[in-house]
Amino acid sequence: MDFRKIEENFFKVLMIFSTLIIFASLFWILIIVAIKGIPAMNLAMITQAPKGGFYLGKEGGILNAIIGSLLVASGSTVLALILSLPIVLYINVYLTKKSRLAMFTRFSLDVLWGIPSIVYGAFGFSIMLFFGLRASLLGGIITVALLIIPIMSRAMDEVMQMVPIELISASYSLGANRLETALKVVARQALPGVLTAVLIAFGRGIGDAASVIFTAGYTDSVSFSLFRPVATLPLAIFYQLGTPFPEVQARAHASSLILTIIIMLISIASRYLTKKFKSFVVK
Amino acid sequence: MDLKRTIREKIATSIMLVFTGLSCVLLFVMIFALYFRSRPILFIKPIQDLLFGTVWAPSRGEFGFFPFIIGTLWVTLVSVAIAVPLCLLSSIYLSEYAGARIREWTKTPIDLLAGLPSVVYGVWGLLVVVPVIKDYIAPLFGSFSTGYCVLAAGIVLAIMIFPVIIHISVEVMGYVPREIREASLALGATRWQTVKYVIIRKALPGIIAGFMLGLSRAFGETMAVLMVAGNVPRIPKSVFQPVYTLPALIANNYGEMLSIPLYDSALLLASFILLLVVLIFNIISRLFLSRIERSIR
Amino acid sequence: MGFKSHIQVRNLNVYYGKNHVLKNITVDIPDKKITVIIGPSGCGKTTLLKSFNRLIDLVDGVNATGEILVDGVNILDPKTEVVDVRKKMGLLSQKPYPLPMSIYDNIAYGPRIHGMRNKKDLDKIVEHYLREASLWEEVKERLNEPASGLSVGQQQRLCLARGLAVEPEIILGDEPTSALDPASSQRIEQKFLELKNRYTIVVVTHILRQAKRLADYILFLYMGELIEHGPAQEIFENPNQELTREYIRGIIS
Repeated sequence: MDFRKIEENFFKVLMIFSTLIIFASLFWILIIVAIKGIPAMNLAMITQAPKGGFYLGKEGGILNAIIGSLLVASGSTVLALILSLPIVLYINVYLTKKSRLAMFTRFSLDVLWGIPSIVYGAFGFSIMLFFGLRASLLGGIITVALLIIPIMSRAMDEVMQMVPIELISASYSLGANRLETALKVVARQALPGVLTAVLIAFGRGIGDAASVIFTAGYTDSVSFSLFRPVATLPLAIFYQLGTPFPEVQARAHASSLILTIIIMLISIASRYLTKKFKSFVVK
Repeated sequence: MDLKRTIREKIATSIMLVFTGLSCVLLFVMIFALYFRSRPILFIKPIQDLLFGTVWAPSRGEFGFFPFIIGTLWVTLVSVAIAVPLCLLSSIYLSEYAGARIREWTKTPIDLLAGLPSVVYGVWGLLVVVPVIKDYIAPLFGSFSTGYCVLAAGIVLAIMIFPVIIHISVEVMGYVPREIREASLALGATRWQTVKYVIIRKALPGIIAGFMLGLSRAFGETMAVLMVAGNVPRIPKSVFQPVYTLPALIANNYGEMLSIPLYDSALLLASFILLLVVLIFNIISRLFLSRIERSIR
Repeated sequence: MGFKSHIQVRNLNVYYGKNHVLKNITVDIPDKKITVIIGPSGCGKTTLLKSFNRLIDLVDGVNATGEILVDGVNILDPKTEVVDVRKKMGLLSQKPYPLPMSIYDNIAYGPRIHGMRNKKDLDKIVEHYLREASLWEEVKERLNEPASGLSVGQQQRLCLARGLAVEPEIILGDEPTSALDPASSQRIEQKFLELKNRYTIVVVTHILRQAKRLADYILFLYMGELIEHGPAQEIFENPNQELTREYIRGIIS
């Protein structure tokens, strides 16, 4: 018995140690982001674009990246929503779980989910070359949309599968057709879950650099045009951190802070929505 | 009235069907598109030279991918070697020893870690990991390092894959029925023995799935690695030497891609290889998983 | 009372959070007899049973006060080695839960975790207790097959053999036949009657007929309180308490 007790205590120490390391690393990252980012923040940072020189202007802020990221992320989220929602509704309401098409679709989405974002970037780039598009907001939106469709679909699928079959049967027995059931019953029941899926996808889209590095380009100016390059926060961090000028690096840290705050807000919001959803699920 | 509803449904159904079909087809389109764009270089150089060539000098027309393939493997293995023991121990703790409240409280930090963008990890890696390796860790092992090395990328990647591995492991261990735990404890086993012989056994397929998912993620990670790995196209001889991974290669050379002949084709070939490796790994791990699931009964 | 008691419960109170599940239980469990705990569902029978082998520790927010003495040692004392307590008790659950391993390994699990390594010793133990549980003949050819392949009745006998293999002094049964068909139930009941010569047995059941068949001693629990206890014959023929009378007549269920 002594040996067993020693063994257990030994591993208990290791386990707690491991858990602490894991959480400590999170805090460390957040602290660094804050330490470097907060001093760099001022009003100019978020209201002005960088001034002077190609990436190297020492004045101005990161408004270009903030606007750019919001444009890319919103555009791609909307585009992904337009594509994902019908797909997920279709495989949940029109098809049975065992249907070949449903299974293959889920399988495809699963596989697509695991593909690295750089591959999406390269693919997006190929598509753009094919259509003669240059690096632009539109290119970024399309590529990021492709990246986040599997993420959004998977999250939506999970919640829609939880909609009780009795609810769907009840709708049919009242004379509703499949479309009406899908939109008025299933989507409504799963609404918090759908919103969470949208949030998660948005968060992924706004933070990803590898998918936009080829396709959205970069620029120092605030641009709303679909066919011109646009700056994004992740690339703002990447490019500006690599310069030897502290003022420029400061902009990178400010971008980092803003990006992290956006992600944190999304995380909190989706936690809240998931809790709200759980209280509605009929057992 | 009924006609309007019916028409609406028919149109909507067709749209949904088309979208669903597109999603099934997308994967193949991606494979095809990347292959198509890689063809120029595949015509000129034999595939063995490309895959196993060790010299990367695009301006001289030399495109040996071997250092990048090996580099990616190195970095992935290091990150998995760090992450697996830490995650396993931590998951066991969270699932079997910590109370429900601690488990709930840890969900938020883990989700947050999971959502942090790759670049932010890269910044942290640059500011913290690289100097620490340069000033403390490498000298400890009698090595010199600039800090931009395999180990730096491995550490950063390990932290990036913590959330996915822990999330799945804790979930799977939670599915083990309470009564089996009770049965083992009722026989006089300690909690650790119950974990070792019963829980891990029952949860094994899920845990392995978590590891494989993490591994797959580490393999394809781009930005964080790009920022701390050093990006020297040579096979690293130790963990303290710089390394250049496939994803980093693709991302880093966007600027020069169109100015050197065959460079764009080479980079898209690299993407194609990356895609294939990830796909094959995905398929193999699924098969492996279903095999294990069947044997644990 | 005039019998030797194996377990002495004194002022046992169990709380699940704010829920007062067991209220001031004081009773002696007789040695080498079958004691049956009866009562309507939710009255705390299983909690009482699981207090004996400290499985209630697994519930979040549980609090137990009072004493449970087994062979003179208070098993509720935090200083007591809970693993040793559990070794003394064998538990047969409502639904059989074979461990995720082979039939052989299931039986050998207990002895192995308590230190036995010798293959020959383990072989002997496995055979012995499979025979004890009347399962040997049916499984001797397939000891290395997964235990989950057995029928429910066989699995329950496997769990019995598994529990006996750690050589407990006391066998606890938590509605041990409620998931079984009548033939398998009968086998398990038969086993209990044979085993009571060597083990103290405590069984929880909501089937009054089963209680009548098995019990030497009865504990009647209602809403967490011990309403009445005594020799089985007395309780069934001439209960003291009104509640007991009503339950036995099937009025409360």
